[in-house]
Amino acid sequence: MPRKPIELPMQVEYMSILDDTGEVDKELEPKVEAAQLKDMFRWMLYARRVDERLLKLQRQGRIGTFPQATGHEAISLGSAINLKPDDWHVPAYRELAGFLYRGWTLEGILIYWMGFEEGARPPEGVNDTPIAVPIASQLLHAAGMGMAANIVGDKKVVMTYFGDGATSEGDCHEALNFASVFQAPVIFVCLNNQYAISVPLSKQMHCETIVQRAVAYGMPGIKVDGNDILAVYVATKEAVERARSGGGPTLVECLTYRYTPHTTADDPSRYRSDEETQRWVAKEPLIRFEKYLKNKNVLNDADIKKMDEEIEVRINEAIIAAEEATKKPPLSDPLAMFDYLYADLPQNLQEQREELAKALGLNTSETEPRNAATSARRGA
Amino acid sequence: MPEMNMAKAINLALHEAMDRDSRVIVMGEDIGPDEGVFRVTEGLWKKHGEKRVIDTPLAESGIVGAAIGMALYGLRPVAEIQFAGFEYYAFHQIEMHAGRYRNRTRGKLTVPMVLRCPSGGGIRAIEHHSESREAIYAHSPGLKVVIPSGPRSARALLHAAIQDPDPVIYYEPKALYRLFKENVPETIETLPIGRAQVIQEGSEITLISYGATVRAMIDAAEILEEEDGVKAEMIDLLSIAPLDTETILNSVRKTGRCVVIHEGPRTCGIGSEVVARINEGALLYLEAPIKRVTGYDVPIPYFAREKAYLPDGDKVVSAAREVLSF
Ligand SMILES: Cc1ncc(C[n+]2csc(CCOP(=O)(O)OP(=O)(O)O)c2C)c(N)n1
Repeated sequence: MPRKPIELPMQVEYMSILDDTGEVDKELEPKVEAAQLKDMFRWMLYARRVDERLLKLQRQGRIGTFPQATGHEAISLGSAINLKPDDWHVPAYRELAGFLYRGWTLEGILIYWMGFEEGARPPEGVNDTPIAVPIASQLLHAAGMGMAANIVGDKKVVMTYFGDGATSEGDCHEALNFASVFQAPVIFVCLNNQYAISVPLSKQMHCETIVQRAVAYGMPGIKVDGNDILAVYVATKEAVERARSGGGPTLVECLTYRYTPHTTADDPSRYRSDEETQRWVAKEPLIRFEKYLKNKNVLNDADIKKMDEEIEVRINEAIIAAEEATKKPPLSDPLAMFDYLYADLPQNLQEQREELAKALGLNTSETEPRNAATSARRGA
Repeated sequence: MPEMNMAKAINLALHEAMDRDSRVIVMGEDIGPDEGVFRVTEGLWKKHGEKRVIDTPLAESGIVGAAIGMALYGLRPVAEIQFAGFEYYAFHQIEMHAGRYRNRTRGKLTVPMVLRCPSGGGIRAIEHHSESREAIYAHSPGLKVVIPSGPRSARALLHAAIQDPDPVIYYEPKALYRLFKENVPETIETLPIGRAQVIQEGSEITLISYGATVRAMIDAAEILEEEDGVKAEMIDLLSIAPLDTETILNSVRKTGRCVVIHEGPRTCGIGSEVVARINEGALLYLEAPIKRVTGYDVPIPYFAREKAYLPDGDKVVSAAREVLSF
């Protein structure tokens, strides 16, 4: 009956492949085809440009408050590219690159930030949940999806995202535990940008790393440099392969920095220094990936210029389309707030809909509730 | 005292309460160096330090559960939940513990705490940031729920809440934070929890509201007076639980007509309870069915459609005219 250290069956690792100077670890470097590497860069650049434009639109009052995703492109894209289209992608709200890559239209994303639920509807064929505002709540849905995949046996995997602050919520711990107990094929990608609004990670938890919690829940865990898309790619690729072959969940902590205010309504000068932010700017993910690709002769300035031009056209078109859409039904119709609450609109809600129509001087006989289920049933 | 807005008045009450009672602890997300996302806790952390002004981890159940523990220990926690929509994460703590300790322990253990929480819509916020769910807590035994309608009532009600021996949920209609200024008295004033205020006397109809929609009620009363020559009696409930039945009944017995106005959804909302109490205590005085002008039974829409959802002066006027012409 001695007293001795307990040997734990698992250890957690740290991995960085491409450092902030653009140097690569040759042994760890993944074998990715040149065309795919270039495509990864294009998606990252696209996400970055969209993010910059959203900020401008917010400043002009054309969209509402929104959280920027600057510098989080490597985490979101580097992980999402390991999913098959019919795998599930369960994001939080800084996965702009992933949303775009998975097939959400930019027009739809704009419509969301213009204040319409219609923008939260995943496009056809996109196996994603929409933005999750209530922190950490989506993680349990991911765990449940993973459990369902085991029950159904269709070998799909689930990739879900959350911030460092989210790790304090009970929902986060419950999700990790459920996924582990039921060996659900879920990859938990923690986007550790070191702040939850004003609260630094050191005040959020009293332990070294987020990833060490993987050991506590009995699942593999790895921490990576989240500004290094190669490291994110490799770590999540391994996790996806393990999950798909019955090896259960993985926790992947991706270290980055919140380069922007928390949202457009936040003032970071109240709680952190500009020098600190500047130190991290040099480590941001796009610059180093560009250097790496140029060193490999996969990318040159002319390519980037061309990409930028195409992106600008695409963004401009999407903005026009979104702003036009808001002027027409269903977006322009306030009665649409009643359309999708239930498969069938109960009588009292029909009455409330008519009451609102009357208050606004609208004619309800012209607009049926636009609920697909209701119309299908009516038609049948 | 100079004129001040409601955010400032709540801040003043927090300063006053912390200055005069060392048991008062303020806790929540981003309330320290950031001074709260609406700056309502401005200056508290600088003045009192992190022992009494606690930036917590991001966990609402943790905040409320820990505040209950502090209250049981003898402190007077004033906890902030950043937005009313995130109070759901703490619902079991609020409902099963804050509201029940006194009853379960036959008066031995009590929870004198305040839960402050910005609520309601009207500021074009992100999804899930505009909830008005006071009815849920009014429905929970053992809790008190108060909602100010301006700077002066905000300061006085917060003092009353902090001094109260039982848990009080204190909603701050965030559309009012900076909407207008009011004079607040030099000395600390408290408003008794459980008492409504008649803010205008009238004889033909009673308008009843609280919180942000008191503005819609006042707008409507002005229109009714100007265009219809009707002087409405206006009641600002201030306290949702307990509800001041007496003030409501006295007014309705006098006017015989009533419209209840609130932002939260209609079904099982505060209006339902007001109508039920009038039914029980003043049915035979009624000249017309009572009307409710409320949020609809849908989640408050994301901001592009929230204006259509919210009660406003025009909606109240139409309802009042229907009741008046019945
Ligand atoms: C349950 C809940 N509580 C509070 C909030 C308000 N809030 C929004 S984002 C945020 C901080 C989140 O921090 P983190 O998880 O680190 O993600 P980040 O925003 O830094 O990406 C808070 C407190 C919320 N949306 N949901």
